[in-house]
Amino acid sequence: MEYFLELFFGGLTRGSIYALIALGYTMVYGIIQLINFAHGEIYMIGAFVALIVAGICTIYGMTGISVLILAGVIAVIYACAYGFTLEKIAYRPLRGAPRLSPLISAIGMSIFLQNYVLLVQTPDFLPFPSLIPDFAFMEPVAYIIGSPELVILVTTFVTMILLTLLIKKTRVGKAMRATQQDMNMARLVGVNVDRIISLTFIIGSALAAIGGVLVASYIGQVNFYIGFLAGVKAFTAAVLGGIGSIAGAVLGGLVLGWAESFAAGYISSDYEDVFTFGLLVLILILRPSGILGKTRKQKV
Amino acid sequence: MLRDFKQSLLISAWFVFLTFPLMAVRVNTTDQVVTWRLMNMVWVAIGSFVLSYAWRFMLERKKVRKKTAEEGADTRSKLQIKLEDMSFRYKAMGGLLIVALVYPLVVNTYQTNIMISALIYVVLGLGLNITVGLAGLLDLGFVAFFGVGAYTFALLNHHFDLGFWMTLPLGGVFGCLLGVILGFPILRLRGDYLAIVTLGFGMIFKVVMENWDSLSFGPSGIANIDKPGLFGMDMNLAQSTTYIYYIMIALVVFTILITNRLKNSRIGRAWIALREDEIACVAMGIDMARTKLSAYALGAFWAGMVGVLFASKTTFINPASFTFMESAIILSIVVLGGMGSILGVILGAFILILMPEYLRDLSEYRMLAFGAAMALMMIFRPQGLVSGLRQKYEYKGTKDQVNNG
Repeated sequence: MEYFLELFFGGLTRGSIYALIALGYTMVYGIIQLINFAHGEIYMIGAFVALIVAGICTIYGMTGISVLILAGVIAVIYACAYGFTLEKIAYRPLRGAPRLSPLISAIGMSIFLQNYVLLVQTPDFLPFPSLIPDFAFMEPVAYIIGSPELVILVTTFVTMILLTLLIKKTRVGKAMRATQQDMNMARLVGVNVDRIISLTFIIGSALAAIGGVLVASYIGQVNFYIGFLAGVKAFTAAVLGGIGSIAGAVLGGLVLGWAESFAAGYISSDYEDVFTFGLLVLILILRPSGILGKTRKQKV
Repeated sequence: MLRDFKQSLLISAWFVFLTFPLMAVRVNTTDQVVTWRLMNMVWVAIGSFVLSYAWRFMLERKKVRKKTAEEGADTRSKLQIKLEDMSFRYKAMGGLLIVALVYPLVVNTYQTNIMISALIYVVLGLGLNITVGLAGLLDLGFVAFFGVGAYTFALLNHHFDLGFWMTLPLGGVFGCLLGVILGFPILRLRGDYLAIVTLGFGMIFKVVMENWDSLSFGPSGIANIDKPGLFGMDMNLAQSTTYIYYIMIALVVFTILITNRLKNSRIGRAWIALREDEIACVAMGIDMARTKLSAYALGAFWAGMVGVLFASKTTFINPASFTFMESAIILSIVVLGGMGSILGVILGAFILILMPEYLRDLSEYRMLAFGAAMALMMIFRPQGLVSGLRQKYEYKGTKDQVNNG
C-alpha cells in the first residue's frame, strides 16, 4: 500500500507537470490548429534561465525558497518573451499557408532553439541548486510524498485555477474563446485576433516555464535536451485528453503521469517511454478525439 | 527610411534583452563561478539589426513575387527553366554520371568515404520524398526504417553468417513490412497527429534496441559486420571503399529510376492527389488505405535497403546512430531540396551533408543552421531549391483554333 501511494503521488506530481505543458499545446492548437513543436524548447529555456538566476543567487550567498520564486518569475518573463518572438517570426508569416508548412517551421525552430542553448551554454547536465527546504509539517508523510512534490502540486493547482479564472471570467478570456470558436467571426465583432494569438502563445509559454522551473528544481539538473522529451510527452497528454480542450489537457496529463508511474513501478522502468507512446498510439486508434475532445466533422 | 531604422533599432534592443541571460551569462554551479560574456551582446545587437533589414527586404520581395504570380507571369527561376529542357537534362545527367564514375579513381579513400555517406543520405532523402514529398504524409520517425535495415543485416550476419547481397533485398523487405505494420493503425490520422505518432515510433525503435539486450546487444551495438563481398575476393580497405562507392552509385541510379517512374505512374498520381486534397481524392474513387500504405511501404523500402549498406560500410552499428536528429536531417534534406522533386532532394542531400564535412570549423553550427533553414525555407521559399516538376499537357493547336474553340 505504501508503495502504491508513493507511485500514486509520484504519478500525480509528474502528471501535473505534463498538464502544465500540455495546456500550452492545447491552447495554441485550439486557436490556430498548429502543433507548436518548439513548446518543449520554451520549457527548457525557462528551466535554463531559472538555473542562471538561481546559480548567481546561490553563488552570492542567497538561498531558500525566495530565490526559487525570483528565478521562477524571471524565467516566466523570459519564456513569455521567447514564445512571443517565436510566434512573430516563425508562425505569423505562415498564416494561411498549407498545413504542413507551419508544422515544419515549428520543427525547425525546435531544432534551432535546442542547438542555440547547446552552443551558447553547454552540452553537459548542469546541477540545479536545491532550494526547496524540507518542511517540518511534511515529516510524518515524508516517505510517500516529499516537500518538493508538495510545492509542485500546490503551484500547479494554483496556476490552473488562475488560468481557468482568466479564461472563464475576464474580457480577454472571452475574446480567446471567441477566437477559438471562429476566427473570422471574432474579427468581425472587433476582437484583435493577432493580439489574442500572441497572448495565447505568451500564456502557454508562461505555463511551460513554470513547469520547467519546478521540474529543474525537483530533479536537480538541467540540460539543453530536456525540452524535447517533455514536449513530446506533454503533447501526448494533450492528445490523450482531447486536443483543444483545457480540462482535457489536465486530465490527460494526470492519466499519463499515473500510467507512467505505475508502469515503471510495477512492470519495468526501461520501457517507460515505450508505454507512453504505446498509449498515444492506442488512444489515437481507438478514440482519435481524446477522452474529452469533441469530434470535428471535416467539411469540404 | 527613418521608420525602418527605428524599427530595426527596436528589434535589435529586443533581441539583446531576449538573448541576455543565455548568451551573456554562464554559471557553473559546481565550481561556484559566474562567467560574464558581455561582448556577445554587441554581436547580437549588430547581427539582429542587420538581419531585421534583410528580413524586411525578403518579405517585401515575397510580396512582389506573389503579385507577379497572380498576374500570371512566369515565376520560375532561370535554373528551373533550363532544367525543364529535356535535351539539356540528358546531357547534364550523362556528364554527372561520368564524373560520378571517375570520382573514386582521382580522390583518396577519405573523400570517397564522405561521398558514400552523402549518397546514403541521397537514397534516404529519395525514400522519404515518396512519403512526405509526394504523398504529403509527414514522417518524423523515418530513421526507424533505416535502423531496421541496418539491424537486419547486422543480426543475420552475426547469427547466420548471411552475406551482404543476400540481405540487401531482405533489408528492403523488412523495412517495407515495418512500414505497412506501422501504417495500418495510423491510416485514419491527419497530418499533424501522424507526425507525432511516427515520431513516437522512431523513439520506440531506439528504446527497444537499447534495452532488448538478448536481441540487439543493447547500447554497445554489434561490431565486426562483414563488408560486401565480390566473388570471395580479398580486398584491402581502399579497394573495398571504392567497391562500396560503386554499389552506392548503382543504388542511387536504381532509386532515381524507380522513383521517377513511380512519380508518373497511376499510384504516383494518386499520392499527389492525396497530398493536395484528401477528401476530393477519395471522392474520385482512389482507395485511400492502399495509397497511404504503399507510400509508407515504398518509402521505407529504400531506407531499409540503404540501412543494410550503412551497416556493412561502417561494420559497426548501435542504437545511437538512429536518433530523432537523423530523422530531422533527412526531413530537412527533403524540405530544403524541394518536396516532391527528385533533383531537389539530391541537391539538398549534397549541400546538407557535404557542407559540414568540408567546413569543419562551422560543423558545430550545423544543426542550428538546419533548424533555421527549415523555418526560413517554409516562410520564403516553400517549394524548396528546386520545385517538383508536374507533367503538363499543352494544347498545341494554332492561335485561331484556341480562340474559336
